Amino acid sequence: MNHHDLPPPSRRIVLAAAVAIGLPVLWRPAQAMSDVLTGVLNTFTGGAPTREGKVHFDIAPLVENGNTVPVTVTVESPMSADNHVQALAIFNEKNPQREVVACKLTPRMGKANVSTRIRLATSQQLVAVAKMSDGSCWTHTVDVVVTLAACIE
Amino acid sequence: MARTLINAPRTARKGDVMEIRTLIAHPMETGYRAGADGRTLPRDIIRRFACRYNNELVFSADLYPAISANPYLAFQVVADASGTLTFTWEGDNGFAQTESATITVS
Amino acid sequence: MIASRAALALIAALLAWAGAAGAQDPAKPRRSGFDTMSPRIQAMQRDDLQNPGMLWVADGEVLWNKIFGISFSCAHCHGDAKQSMRGVAARYPDWDPVEQRPVDLSQRINLCRTRHQLVMPLPPESVELLDLEAYVANQSRGMPIAPSSARELEAPRERGRALYTQRIGQLNLSCALCHDQRPGHVLAGATIPEGHINGYPTYRLEWQGLGSLQRRLRNCLSGVRAEPPPFNSTEMVELELYLAQRSAGMTIETPAVRP
Repeated sequence: MNHHDLPPPSRRIVLAAAVAIGLPVLWRPAQAMSDVLTGVLNTFTGGAPTREGKVHFDIAPLVENGNTVPVTVTVESPMSADNHVQALAIFNEKNPQREVVACKLTPRMGKANVSTRIRLATSQQLVAVAKMSDGSCWTHTVDVVVTLAACIE
Repeated sequence: MARTLINAPRTARKGDVMEIRTLIAHPMETGYRAGADGRTLPRDIIRRFACRYNNELVFSADLYPAISANPYLAFQVVADASGTLTFTWEGDNGFAQTESATITVS
Repeated sequence: MIASRAALALIAALLAWAGAAGAQDPAKPRRSGFDTMSPRIQAMQRDDLQNPGMLWVADGEVLWNKIFGISFSCAHCHGDAKQSMRGVAARYPDWDPVEQRPVDLSQRINLCRTRHQLVMPLPPESVELLDLEAYVANQSRGMPIAPSSARELEAPRERGRALYTQRIGQLNLSCALCHDQRPGHVLAGATIPEGHINGYPTYRLEWQGLGSLQRRLRNCLSGVRAEPPPFNSTEMVELELYLAQRSAGMTIETPAVRP
């Protein structure tokens, strides 16, 4: 059995408890990345080590329609000439193709904050990765559940 | 010429971080879908977006089939000088479009 | 005799209750499909810069002012749509005295084209027709649906209501069974909406494009494995007519965004 088929035990317990209490699941603990994503990430970072943090991948955990999913990626960074985000990318696990978007940022942006709308073929894991001007790479991995629309043509 | 909707402030104070929002009409055909005859519809997407501020590149994005139809891109730009913001979209089948917005910075 | 009369009265009461259960309870506040969407999709609809339907509205404004062939533009007769078209979409479908039948807004636009602009009608669900319909209906955004009270519409509307409550298709379901009796329940992961028509033409995320109410109704009919009638058939327009009455008073949201 692939280790990324089920969420790790701690996350399952949290989710089960939340559902049992009827709480909306607001806290989304950092997720262990699947092998598929780890591979494509290495290509983007050129093998540089990555760490979870600084990146905030804002996407709904449950999506009504996978055709148009609003997302916003924000990176904590002063965006100054000597300390800024150089590149930002989103990768997916189960679409026909791994890449979603890859952006080039400059200090003239003032804030590292990009929004767009993406397509998700099915429920899967996604990762947003930021490459900083000092060479460090930061990630945020999320799990998204995708439901299908009713009554299609 | 595809329809675009762009939100960029016309005036700003120096140092303000402006929110730029862009929307362009485009089907973003993925190249993975089958048509009514069962044959795969060829890919037809916008591949690149770029924002230039007085001719200097501020932000660019490489788009892939996973970007939804009618692509929406929102990002931030610091108002540092009066001039022109230029937005370009390029893609398959020779798709190329440029829009601009003037900004007065005080 | 008294016992059997009482039994008949009881049966009649039960039937009336069962019949009433099929109709929407007028006392309960009605919910637009907007209310059942996630906050992010709601934000997409509210913001004219994020709402993809506004791309069609913008194109519709261009077409409103365009001179077709050797003819003239919509603006030539109707001037500024923001004034002249305000409230128009709110009363459609309406009775057309020349055609002697109810027509919906897209049909009315085509009638203007053939009768007054002397140009060909636009094909159903074509981009230009949707552009114009979205632009005109957008001028009524924020206003309540106010169906026309023309007497001639009563019989067609009643036929529309009969179709709404009739079981159809391989799944043998009526519109009322899901949308009147079970809104809010979840069917295959999707919440059943009350099925109001206050946002049409609508940007449906499933279509990744803007579409008409008739297109959406055809999706419903496919959903119950019924054969959808052709665009602009009598049954489709009569159903639209009933649905407008059913949503009377609800705020127009065109162009709405829906999953």
